[in-house]
Amino acid sequence: MTVLAVVEHDRGTMTSASLGVLTAARNLAKQMNTKFEALTIGANADRLSETVANFGASTVHQAHNAMLTDFGPEAWGESIAQVVRKISPSVVIGTGTERGHEIIAQAAARLDLPAAMNCSEFDKDFNGSQPLKVVRTRWGGSLLEEAQVDASIKFVTLANHVVEPQEELATSPATISTIEVQLDESVSQSFVQDRVERVAGVTLATSPVVVSGGRGVGSAEAFAPLEELASLLNGVVGCSRAVTNNGWRNHTDQVGQTGTRIAPDIYIACGISGAIQHWVGAMASKNILAINTDAQANIVTKAGYAVIGDLHKVVPAISAEIRRRQNK
Amino acid sequence: MNILVCVKRVPAPGARINITSDGQQVDTAFLGFTVSPHEECAVEQAVQLIEKHGGDVTVLTLGPAEAEEQLRTAVSVGATKAVLVPIDTTDWDPQKTAQAIAQVISNLEAANGKYDLVLFGNESADSCGYQVGVRAALKLTRPIVNGAKGLEIDNGVAVVRRESDAGVEIYKLKMPACVGIKEGINLPRYPTMKGRLASKKVAIDRSESSGESGGLKLITLRRPPERASNTIILGNGPEAAPRVVDLLEELGVFK
Repeated sequence: MTVLAVVEHDRGTMTSASLGVLTAARNLAKQMNTKFEALTIGANADRLSETVANFGASTVHQAHNAMLTDFGPEAWGESIAQVVRKISPSVVIGTGTERGHEIIAQAAARLDLPAAMNCSEFDKDFNGSQPLKVVRTRWGGSLLEEAQVDASIKFVTLANHVVEPQEELATSPATISTIEVQLDESVSQSFVQDRVERVAGVTLATSPVVVSGGRGVGSAEAFAPLEELASLLNGVVGCSRAVTNNGWRNHTDQVGQTGTRIAPDIYIACGISGAIQHWVGAMASKNILAINTDAQANIVTKAGYAVIGDLHKVVPAISAEIRRRQNK
Repeated sequence: MNILVCVKRVPAPGARINITSDGQQVDTAFLGFTVSPHEECAVEQAVQLIEKHGGDVTVLTLGPAEAEEQLRTAVSVGATKAVLVPIDTTDWDPQKTAQAIAQVISNLEAANGKYDLVLFGNESADSCGYQVGVRAALKLTRPIVNGAKGLEIDNGVAVVRRESDAGVEIYKLKMPACVGIKEGINLPRYPTMKGRLASKKVAIDRSESSGESGGLKLITLRRPPERASNTIILGNGPEAAPRVVDLLEELGVFK
């Protein structure tokens, strides 16, 4: 009876979400009075075993097959399923990311077992022999669901950013176990065939300052003052779903449940009402400044700071004030 | 080509989601309904593909009788056929849903021939399960890739573009195949008058299905603790600008 953490990596580079998963798996195993093991997929991830061991894994399973040189959701899912069949863990934890959800879904589907995605809490009384109670996020985080995973092996993904990664060495060094998985044609199609690498630079997801506009901006052209303010603050421009739906800006700029989740130092929301869809994408921001004509707007009541007024006048005034101080 | 798109009827909440007193579902008494956003884009993508390559788009939903409304919406923007799999109002779990969908698709295919593509939304807006498409694809023994932000057909192969931290990944799936679509792949069109008329006339096929319950059970829904916020109003109108810049300086934005 163990807990198995599935390590997410991209061609041998571990993703930060995996560190939270390793920590959560260790915590869960402790309360169950058992050990936690980890799984890396593909020989190019063998070198991650040391990092994994630093988080206290008792065994690191390395799934090998000549096909496993890049990401392929079906091959990864099948690899997890085969390792799970072999070691029968009580709980399997994956990352709450696009890839994590996908490979856990693949593995659970192959074993016809249930899976609970985006879990933020696990039952403190869980000892491995009863169904696992979890709290998982719905509606992109604006609702919580208390659910029960009732199966011999419980597949879950850990909601991202919920568990702070913490290293902790195990009392004895980790055992390395190489498992040759059997993969055939049926999983061979869904591998990454080609890539377009991103040019390095600040993106909406990583920028410390985001100046965002909503329906209140009114048109594509009216985003110019927001662009100007963003550039004065070395930030980027974002928008709400209403803006994308009106064709004023590209979807890549959209902040929200179905757009990008952001966590900047400051989020300046101009003419955005703050509907659920938008709020769940912006709520991780460290500071929020809302600029809105409506003092009762959802975003104004939830923001730390607000200016009540017309963004078309307020935003240029802020830019002018910044310039004035810079020229002093 | 023949494309089938699975869609889900979900409530369209505004600023706050209320829960029924038994904690079992979202209180929809004052809410409208819509198609889950990723699936709205899946319908649009399918319609664009048949506009280019010819063929039919069948839209399928598993839901209450009222979900007919979402099927008709899909027809109003270009889907050509609609199938409703009626269930009671409570959501089925992901395993049961996938089993039922795969079964209905197999039945439809036995009668009408294989779908070249079966499209799903990456995840539903309400339950966010991230698994029905994957499970159904596996039952249909077809390859599937999720997170599609691009989908083209090239010589019997579905070319999928997907975004990652490192850039864009490209997958190539020999059809028949399944794809999980993400919002942003396109901008869904508004219905035309002709589309609206077609949506009124379209025959909604009903296909019974069943499935065995899986192991994920809802206990209760609740709202996360509200973030306590005593909003500091920095001022009204452009006169607030100096205070805003003071704040930005305090937060270290200019460092």
